[in-house]
Amino acid sequence: MQALYAQLLVGLINGSFYALLSLGLAVIFGMLNIINFAHGAVYMMGAFVAFFLLNGIDPPTLGSFFTNIWMTLLNLVQWPFVGWKSLPATQTFHVDIGLNYWWALLLAPVIVGLFGMVLERTMLKWITGLDHLYGLLLTFGMALIIQGVFQNYFGSSGLPYAIPDELKGGMNLGFMFLPIYRGWVVIFSLVVCIGTWYLIERTRLGAYLRAATENPTLVRAFGVNVPRMITLTYGLGVGLAALAGVLSAPINQVRPLMGADLIIVVFAVVVIGGMGSIMGSIITGFALGVIEGLTKYFYPEASNTVVFVLMVLVLLVKPTGLTGRAA
Amino acid sequence: MSALTDDTLPVTPRALRDEMIVFALMAVLLAVVPWTGIYPFFVMQALCFALLACAFNLLIGYGGLLSFGHAMFLGTAGYISAHALKVWGLSPELGILAGTAGAAALGVITGLVAIRRQGIYFSMITLALSQLLYFIYLQTPFTHGEDGIQGIPQGHLFGIFDLSKPTVLYYVVLAGFLIGFLLIYRTINSPFGEVLKAIRENEPRAVSLGYKTDQYKLVAYILSGTIAGFAGSLKVFVAQNASLTDVHWSMSGEIVLMTLVGGLGTVFGPVVGAFVIIAMQQYLAGFGQWVTVIQGVIFVACVLTFRRGVIGEIAHYFRRSL
Repeated sequence: MQALYAQLLVGLINGSFYALLSLGLAVIFGMLNIINFAHGAVYMMGAFVAFFLLNGIDPPTLGSFFTNIWMTLLNLVQWPFVGWKSLPATQTFHVDIGLNYWWALLLAPVIVGLFGMVLERTMLKWITGLDHLYGLLLTFGMALIIQGVFQNYFGSSGLPYAIPDELKGGMNLGFMFLPIYRGWVVIFSLVVCIGTWYLIERTRLGAYLRAATENPTLVRAFGVNVPRMITLTYGLGVGLAALAGVLSAPINQVRPLMGADLIIVVFAVVVIGGMGSIMGSIITGFALGVIEGLTKYFYPEASNTVVFVLMVLVLLVKPTGLTGRAA
Repeated sequence: MSALTDDTLPVTPRALRDEMIVFALMAVLLAVVPWTGIYPFFVMQALCFALLACAFNLLIGYGGLLSFGHAMFLGTAGYISAHALKVWGLSPELGILAGTAGAAALGVITGLVAIRRQGIYFSMITLALSQLLYFIYLQTPFTHGEDGIQGIPQGHLFGIFDLSKPTVLYYVVLAGFLIGFLLIYRTINSPFGEVLKAIRENEPRAVSLGYKTDQYKLVAYILSGTIAGFAGSLKVFVAQNASLTDVHWSMSGEIVLMTLVGGLGTVFGPVVGAFVIIAMQQYLAGFGQWVTVIQGVIFVACVLTFRRGVIGEIAHYFRRSL
């Protein structure tokens, strides 16, 4: 029984990541009509920003930066004749920041969200009105770039991120041992999900947002700056993904490909739940995490595939997804 | 919402003549490769991917369906062919047949599921289905997990052609590519292809004209998957192995990239795109992981500034259909 509860908890944790990610995808899809393929990459960035804030950054010095560019150009000219030479080791200096987990929880979503807004202003803006598929392809390209850069600097192995002191240890609940950090992740994600739902469904800003989704021209006529709202929405969605990244950093190691593997499962979650409602994505996210956890206990061989199998079953019965509106 | 290929020209006798001339030119150029100094294995590999990209393009360029999981056909056919050749000891032609039939069966099964949604949902579903297969192939014993199936015997095609000789193998692969290419070309210029284009342009109108659009899309999907599987079976003879990289979703991304670079919805675009991307991977191998970044930059650049692709831009400039 202990093992069952443990797997249920793992399922709930994964479910909170699914919920936060599919929630962000739904928010972005609502305003921009884009399925953000870069969502896994920004999730990974959230975890890395937390890591940088705690352990500092080793940026290459300006001098070695130019040396590297020069060596690359030289190599490019020479490689047909002598082959490719590896670049000299980059000289770095260390910038210590030393901000703990709590600061990361606050700052990482903001930093990554701002980065997302820059992406929206510089790239996504130019493909509004085109077929949905171009948005998918563009964000896929952005994901490749972001992941590739991180892989170059950090390899593919994981970096450890310590659990903050305040959340170390565990509680004995009688029927199981609950590590405090894991309980915290589940509760905190639930609060953030409900908060986002409240913001969009119950506040004036959310009303503008939903109205602009339905009829941007009309909302613009009321004097609302719709392009700015689109940018902010993208920032919000990306920030939610980054928040999930920070939450997962102490549990899963910080790896460049941590989002790439996750995003495909989240896509399956989105297909199962449909993009119809905010609450729908939250509930589907948590529910699928739990189902995955249960599978890990009863039939571990299928734990990787159960979400996809469920997707097939749901599509056969209800193609629009559980909470989806007709397309 | 503008369509993916918004300036396709109507099929005219002139367009058909242009395309036949370019096809003849391409066939001749490819046929003389063994007498030039070009490394034949590079061209063979590129030909397999070119056929794969053409099959993918049949779906997106003419059906408007972006499959983000086409690697599953490549990998499935590859695994089945490799297993048939190595373990069952089948002859090459039967091995290819088994692999292609396996891909066709996979097309029927996944098609019935994926065709239920359109647009980005279709893309996400195909991606999820291919990831499902990835995990299955990771766990089933016959694929040998991370190691893949290696050391596949090449044998004699029809008992005559010795596939272990590079020149013979080259012409067999070339013949396979040309047959597959012509099959796709014939499909898109048939009444069936015209209906597909009508569905791509305006599905509700095609429905109101009485076409069962889902059936047309399903047949196109199965055909595309079968030809992609045929390419995967041919690739087994070139690479002599079948591994998990062929099923991984990053391979699906590469197929999309090839078609996008060459030109979505053009006849020759995917071929050019496949050669460009394979050449890039070959010659930029020294950059290591930066190749991913470069591919990402090409993706972004294509979508933002270069949506017609290489062949699409050329065709647009000369106002021809290529």
